[in-house]
Amino acid sequence: MASNKIPFAGSKEQEAALMQYIAEKKDDPGCLMPILQKAQEIYGYLPIEVQTMIADELHIPLEKVYGVVTFYAQFALNPKGRYKISVCLGTACYVKGSGDIFNKLQELLGIGSGECTPDGKFSLEACRCIGACGLAPVMTVNEDVYGRLTVDELSGILNKYA
Amino acid sequence: MYRSHVLVCGGTGCTSSGSMQIMKTLQEEIDKNGLHDEVCVVQTGCHGLCALGPIMIIYPEATFYSMVKQEDIPEIVSEHLLKGRVVTRLVYNETVTDEGIKSLSDTEFYKHQHRVALRNCGVIDPENIEEYIGTGGYEALGKVLTEMTPDQVIQTLLDSGLRGRGGAGFPTGLKWKFAKANDADQKYVCCNADEGDPGAFMDRSVLEGDPHVVLEAMAIAGYAIGASQGYIYVRAEYPIAVARLEIAIQQAKEYGLLGKDIFGTGFDFDIGLRLGAGAFVCGEETALMTSIEGKRGEPRPRPPFPALKGLFQKPTILNNVETLANIPQIILNGPEWFASMGTEKSKGTKVFALGGKIHNTGLVEVPMGTTLRQVIEDIGGGIPNGKKFKAAQTGGPSGGCIPAEHFDVPIDYDNLISIGSMMGSGGLIVMDEDNCMVDIAKFFLEFTVDESCGKCTPCRIGTKRLYEMLDKITKGKGTLEDLDKMEELCYYIKENSLCGLGQTAPNPVLSTLRYFRDEYIAHVVDKKCPAGVCKALLSYVIDADKCRGCTLCARTCPNNAIEGKVKEPHIIRQDKCIKCGACMEKCRFGAISKK
Repeated sequence: MASNKIPFAGSKEQEAALMQYIAEKKDDPGCLMPILQKAQEIYGYLPIEVQTMIADELHIPLEKVYGVVTFYAQFALNPKGRYKISVCLGTACYVKGSGDIFNKLQELLGIGSGECTPDGKFSLEACRCIGACGLAPVMTVNEDVYGRLTVDELSGILNKYA
Repeated sequence: MYRSHVLVCGGTGCTSSGSMQIMKTLQEEIDKNGLHDEVCVVQTGCHGLCALGPIMIIYPEATFYSMVKQEDIPEIVSEHLLKGRVVTRLVYNETVTDEGIKSLSDTEFYKHQHRVALRNCGVIDPENIEEYIGTGGYEALGKVLTEMTPDQVIQTLLDSGLRGRGGAGFPTGLKWKFAKANDADQKYVCCNADEGDPGAFMDRSVLEGDPHVVLEAMAIAGYAIGASQGYIYVRAEYPIAVARLEIAIQQAKEYGLLGKDIFGTGFDFDIGLRLGAGAFVCGEETALMTSIEGKRGEPRPRPPFPALKGLFQKPTILNNVETLANIPQIILNGPEWFASMGTEKSKGTKVFALGGKIHNTGLVEVPMGTTLRQVIEDIGGGIPNGKKFKAAQTGGPSGGCIPAEHFDVPIDYDNLISIGSMMGSGGLIVMDEDNCMVDIAKFFLEFTVDESCGKCTPCRIGTKRLYEMLDKITKGKGTLEDLDKMEELCYYIKENSLCGLGQTAPNPVLSTLRYFRDEYIAHVVDKKCPAGVCKALLSYVIDADKCRGCTLCARTCPNNAIEGKVKEPHIIRQDKCIKCGACMEKCRFGAISKK
């Protein structure tokens, strides 16, 4: 994973929202996962500062929180770009050439998997099957889904997010 | 009363190709033509024929419009809905015959299917509980609570022969029986909706198209084993499914079909939703439960089995979505009805997600025992672009590749295992002559290396070593000795891994070694990739007879590897070629080929 360290800049409002959610959930069995998911929704990622707040609030060791965060692919330690590009590398997409799509995007953006462009605009990641196999190969940019992709279309698509 | 119902598919496939905008435009056009009291637009779940999305069906005629575009909507509304004239040009061409439009159920794609688990998908509005109740929903729960004892429910499942649809095929009734036999102050019913196999999306379609069937079946399970709490563990990658489950749980609570004292029988059952966070291993039962507990989703040794010590150390059953979707029908129609479908040891139907190099990508549900040939050729419409079938991959990263020689084997749990694959959750990816089997094996190993949780050594290190050997072979550096070593390592990993992930991870390698050894040999001995996929083993060449010397390729080449004068045949300098293939794509005369 890339380590483009951007200083943590959480607001009081964000912290208040997280604390409120923790207060609601802290007595539910197995509440750590839903809390981390909520925290990522609030902050966009889970920097060590946020993990520390959660550990303190739940009275569990930080190491336990960190262990869970790093286990699951969806929890991000680094901020993502304003436009999150996700290329499906599930089997159905792969046999239809999504590997080439992914390589071309790395080349066009100049970043690797899990990284973010220096201007914070695009981040790139591979994902496993979003279930739109009928449209293979597929990629998503935030909420937009692009199906039946060819390598030639990619720079045109990126330009749409100028 | 409406005179016409327009069903628009709101599954992930069709939504991805714009069905939500289509619904909006449709409603606007209907309003504009003053038809809002006569025509009702319904958002449904998946119809199965995802290749032709967005899909729209107009009832009562059951006219099937495929690949609908927003600009077609005004015409469909004014012609079909207002004047009653079918817009033939936009109708699914398989249904258009000389005698007029034939019924959808007579098309090749649908006529071989038998829908039990997908019964309501694409038919009802999944966000409206009354539509589910209108098709007999929650009747089975009522029957179970008022007319049957828990033992009778379990016996019914045992008699039906239903086996788990998540992959391993364990008899569902037996699982329930074990959990019931263990006394505890609290038991749990869990639903495995962490559909991790890439290329499988049947569970997602059930959740999106018929979420209440899962809730009803879980409540039935709760009654049978004596549990009052259920959890659905669903992939966060399925936002539509999550949203519809939330709505369904809310509605079921409002109608008193979940919660306290259901049907006034004193039976309490509640369901909570838990979202996964992108870990394939959490599809394994003990890992899934560990994840619900809020920990790293690592599997734990069995025994103790979850029926004794599962979630929060209490007796727990875990059933897959498709398994659950069969249960209310079994209760209502009886175990004999269910057992009348399928083969001797695999009863009922199975949903397959057809993907890859096949015409009709989408979801199909067929009786167990249907052959691969029927599924791929008759229902799937065969391989596009006149290419030759090479293999069908079933069971995802745990399964194997089935070659053409086994095309006529009836598909069921036991047959698939005997030919070196497995049912898995039902992903069926078709591959043609352009797919390299060594590359596919490497693809799956890359997946398992990535997804191995790291707890046990055989899986963590073994899969990595296996991947490295495959990588070496695709780069032309493998030896024949490597093939033997790989096989030995495969069996070692299978025998010594802790959970199902490691125990099945070598299957893609073993099955391709078994059926496509000649392709491995070609990579190792001849240093060639017969399918033309492995870049290190390819060379691009220009056919001097076909080259017109237009210079387009030379100008396209990013590494200036192509030389030649205008109007004279060009050549590619192999020492400079980076094998990107850009020249071949651009050549207008078909003069460049890869060998």
